[in-house]
Amino acid sequence: MKIRNIIITLVSAIALLISASTVSFAKVVGDKIVLGAAVSLTGKYSSNGVHTQNGYNLAVERINSMGGVTVGGKSYKFEIIYYDDESNSGRAAQLAERLIKQDGVQFMLGPYSSGLTKAMAPVTEKYGIPMVEANGASRSLFTKGYKYLFAVLAPANLYLDVAIDLAVEKNGGKPVKIAMAFEQDAFSQDVRLGIVDAAKRTKSKIIIDDKLPKELNDMAATLSKVKAVKPDVLVVSGHTKGALTAVRQISEMKVDVPMLAMTHCDAAKLSKQHGKASEYALCASQWHKSLSYKDKFFGGGMKYAGDFNAKFGYEPPYQAAESSAALLVFKDAFERANSFDTKKVRDALAATDMQTFYGNIKFAEGGQNVSKPMVLFQVSCNDDGSKCENKVVAPTKWASAELVHPIPSWSKR
Amino acid sequence: MDFLIFQAPMLMVQASMDGILLGILFALIAYGMALQWGVMNIINIAQGELVIMGGYIAYFMYLSGIHPAFGIIVSPIIMYCVGWGMYKLVINKVVDKDLFTSILATFGISILAQQLMNFAFGADVVVAQSNFGTTMLFDNMVTIPNAKIFSGAVCVISAIILVVYMRKSKLGRAIRATAQNARAAKILGVDTEKVYAATFGINAALCGIAGACIAITFTLHPYTGLPYTVRSFMIVIIAGLGNLPAVAISGMGLGVFEEWADYLLGTEFRIAAVFSLLVIILVYRRFKLSRKREYLK
Repeated sequence: MKIRNIIITLVSAIALLISASTVSFAKVVGDKIVLGAAVSLTGKYSSNGVHTQNGYNLAVERINSMGGVTVGGKSYKFEIIYYDDESNSGRAAQLAERLIKQDGVQFMLGPYSSGLTKAMAPVTEKYGIPMVEANGASRSLFTKGYKYLFAVLAPANLYLDVAIDLAVEKNGGKPVKIAMAFEQDAFSQDVRLGIVDAAKRTKSKIIIDDKLPKELNDMAATLSKVKAVKPDVLVVSGHTKGALTAVRQISEMKVDVPMLAMTHCDAAKLSKQHGKASEYALCASQWHKSLSYKDKFFGGGMKYAGDFNAKFGYEPPYQAAESSAALLVFKDAFERANSFDTKKVRDALAATDMQTFYGNIKFAEGGQNVSKPMVLFQVSCNDDGSKCENKVVAPTKWASAELVHPIPSWSKR
Repeated sequence: MDFLIFQAPMLMVQASMDGILLGILFALIAYGMALQWGVMNIINIAQGELVIMGGYIAYFMYLSGIHPAFGIIVSPIIMYCVGWGMYKLVINKVVDKDLFTSILATFGISILAQQLMNFAFGADVVVAQSNFGTTMLFDNMVTIPNAKIFSGAVCVISAIILVVYMRKSKLGRAIRATAQNARAAKILGVDTEKVYAATFGINAALCGIAGACIAITFTLHPYTGLPYTVRSFMIVIIAGLGNLPAVAISGMGLGVFEEWADYLLGTEFRIAAVFSLLVIILVYRRFKLSRKREYLK
């Protein structure tokens, strides 16, 4: 009896082994280039994880239907193996290992969020696997000397410094008083560093510098300080929770500031959730559909937004757009490298210099994209607040609307 | 920054008001925790998740066009059933085990509840709009959202109702008897099983009320329950079990202390200040107790 059990166990173990090894992919199978991605389909990042996946999928579909990737005179199609990282950085690192070692993936796409990208980058770096990521903006990703990491997005420290320049410009070129409230996490603190640099550059004075605890959803204390010292610009960054809390409490406490600049407005569906209360808020964005960048796959931003909406049933947030752009970068690099050798593809990626519907892409030494500026849009609503729109107001080159400045006081709104 | 307080003394009034209104909310959650801790000897780690669940009920009422303030009525009713079901499914199996077992069990429930809420409601941060407006005092220097005043009033009223209920009703008496001595209560004919289920239900209902208030004053997200658990735990530790006035005072006291710490020390020290205070209180308590013991010897 015992021997029979052992035999059954052995046989099933061998069967499992065989089935596992036949599933494993090589980097290129037949006419398919297999990319690996761990994205957050469950857990706290699941909404943005899904945006990321949708962005990837739309681009794969588009590139494949338009002839795919031509390498060595042969046309290949993209295919992505997805795993769910459960919004957990430990899991993301494991999955990177699994994609590379078990599935034989040789080219990776990034996960959602700086934290998870930080967890995966050492793994891809160790195995020399090129990773093009679209959702990790933290500055520390680009200062570690990674050779195989490329980010299509602008680093976090550039998110809001445009706002300071804008405030100075509106102040007749004179320095301004800045109040800032940033969550204590890697990304928001990077945004803060950008503001500190901008303040130094413009000789502006930082009069409030609050670091919000992660679990906090009450900013009343910071806002009372703002009411007392009357800064020229209030800068807030604390992911979606921070953006929603700030707008709720600013409107409830009737805090008047001439300029309010934030991150994560569209991820937080700010104008949908807060309506008129969110009006005039300036929001940093990696991308906006009204920008006039073009490529041959998606046409322009408007066309991209239309196609995305038709397929997924909602307007693409910038997290989706930048994810799509990552695929365009890969395609371009494969064709220029004209090879599937990871080293050659890596070198081709490093030499990228192209325009996509999402913006210009050119990587600096650290892997961050330096040729695409951040844009600021301002929320503008109709009279009863039932419909709000985001209009790009800075930088001037891309502006589609005039900045409303200063923000009208609450007594007049 | 340190001198801001002298520049704008009205800030202290604002801070105190904010702190009291925040504290009342925490005190209500803490009262629920104290109640079932006292009666069942269970520390409920899933307390915060019950709060968030209650908040989502109000949020979905808001989405379907009903004013979210009615959540303070609907949410406790649904949450009572949730609490009752939770007791029947899990808690009744750990209620007479040691504290460690129940902590593990409720910790498990809290993880499960987070994931289920994330699955059912999505991972977006949401808010419900009450459109209650703002009360302005002292020439607009002090502004208090009416939604917070409403929440504060709701919490105070529900606490009073509960106290009266515990004093006057038959179930209230049974709960108090069980808290004093479960075995004796059982011998005298109290159905302790029923009392436990009701207690857990009442705790969940209180969390439901607090959650509905949070939906209109702060933000909701499936993973933001933990701070409410921690804070109510702290309040109960300071106030002791079965002492409602102490819970209310320590809740509000902590709220005010937190807001003041934010002004005087800076936002980054806010949480640190609160926890330092907790440590000081615990050390002081121990010191006092040890002196008492010596005296008894």
